[in-house]
Amino acid sequence: MAESIYRELILEHNKNPQNRGTLDPADYSYQDTNPLCGDEVRIDVRVADDKISEIAFSGRGCAISQASASILTEMVKGQPLDEVKALSKEDLLDELGIPLSPARLKCALLSLKVLKAGIYGVNAAEDVWQ
Amino acid sequence: MVLSTQTSATTLDGAALRRDFPILNQPQPEGRPPLAFLDSAASSQKPEQVIQAIDTYYRTINANIHRGVYELSEAATAAYEAARQTMATFLNARQARECIFVRNTTEAINLAANAWGRSNLTANDRIVLTVMEHHSNLVPWHMLREEIGFSIDYIPLTDDHQLDMTVYAQLLEQKPKLVGFAHVSNAIGALNDVAAMTRMAHDAGAAVLVDAAQSVPHMPVDVQALDVDFLALSGHKMVGPMGSGVLYGKRELLEAMPPYMGGGSMIRKVTLDGTTFADIPARFEAGTPAVADQVGLAAAADYLTAVGLEAIREHELELLDYAMEQLPSVPHLTMYGPEDLSKRSGVISFTLGSIHPHDVAAILDGENIAVRAGHHCAQPLMAALGVVATTRASFYMYNTRDDVDRLVAGLHKANEVFGQV
Repeated sequence: MAESIYRELILEHNKNPQNRGTLDPADYSYQDTNPLCGDEVRIDVRVADDKISEIAFSGRGCAISQASASILTEMVKGQPLDEVKALSKEDLLDELGIPLSPARLKCALLSLKVLKAGIYGVNAAEDVWQ
Repeated sequence: MVLSTQTSATTLDGAALRRDFPILNQPQPEGRPPLAFLDSAASSQKPEQVIQAIDTYYRTINANIHRGVYELSEAATAAYEAARQTMATFLNARQARECIFVRNTTEAINLAANAWGRSNLTANDRIVLTVMEHHSNLVPWHMLREEIGFSIDYIPLTDDHQLDMTVYAQLLEQKPKLVGFAHVSNAIGALNDVAAMTRMAHDAGAAVLVDAAQSVPHMPVDVQALDVDFLALSGHKMVGPMGSGVLYGKRELLEAMPPYMGGGSMIRKVTLDGTTFADIPARFEAGTPAVADQVGLAAAADYLTAVGLEAIREHELELLDYAMEQLPSVPHLTMYGPEDLSKRSGVISFTLGSIHPHDVAAILDGENIAVRAGHHCAQPLMAALGVVATTRASFYMYNTRDDVDRLVAGLHKANEVFGQV
């Protein structure tokens, strides 16, 4: 049921997003859109000692895309880059903990696609939307 | 059909008509309310009569057309050409050959843009479109402009979300070759005065192409009374099959146009040195067409005629009026489109405070209410309205006041879920 995707966690992150903003300069910056919904997410990352030391996201879109970006930035902040690289879409979806239709999956995974494309290149992000 | 239960041509029983549409009567999972289908502007549902026509065609008539000399092929050809005559009568075209069968409105406009545009437009010419067009009446012209280099002017919106007729008159002073516009905006339901705009265009020497995808299903459309030069429609929005549609064109214009696609059926004679082309309408129908679907489209036109397009328009206006009474009770609701209901079709586009239109649509889906959310393939219009996207509810003959009540309740619920008081 569509309603159950708006669980407390999603609504809370949508209302009070974490790490919202931009970093300038940043070591990695990337932005992409979900053409289906018009969701936009940009993520800026600073790296120190092979770890994500700072991260910020900006953009606009549906609650799922924006809450997912907020949750993702919380998940990876302070994490070593190789662990971030290994982060799968299932990891993010588990964290979101909501049932999503194929159309809404793209909203939820846009942030991960942007993060991976920004740090590791577009090819590394290909599997996220597969 | 349920028409026997009706008392006059101007009253229509939406609840009774629903019985003709199998998809609206499907059993729902335990606890899920019946489907409130408020997305007919995207694609309408199909009545039993249309489904039966396609079924009968494949069971009893199917063969390739315009080729075989055997009985079945002749029957299929006759069915296809009878469908063309039905569509000509439905639109009040002077002749059947003025109706070219296409897959949809998009193909109809691409055909007109390529066949008419290529032979009539040069780099020094101008055409006029509007900011409220669906991408299907923008992109084909943009693509052609890339090649030919003509200029495009756009009629802007007034504060009341109608086309600005003052600017239109000014644009006509620049002697455009063509004016192209939607009869009804798919995104905000604005109903344009085709007859008046066409008169103005003709007085300025411009040809007129009307995107009638959102009007033909919902109100009487008479191409001779409107005097348009081209008119494009999609079958699937008028209770017909997907993949069916018509480009209407005045005979003398169509006859002067070169083909759009080459291939079988559209030729008079082919040698290794070259090709001469068939007369209209065959010239514009290369390859095996969607015969069953166009036969289904004719059944759809017959269905609409039997229900009565005046009655459908009245019914939708009544629902629109009721919705406009009920919707203001929803906090944070902003509606787009003309306030004067006589200048609107049964389309309501809105935003709900800070809730993204997709989230609104998802909450409504939770209540089994189907609406569309997004830019509605009209991004320039969204930009003109200052929004990224809207949620859109659209009515058809089978909708009822109960659907409106459920929409209103669903919007209250969306506010509640998102803590928007």
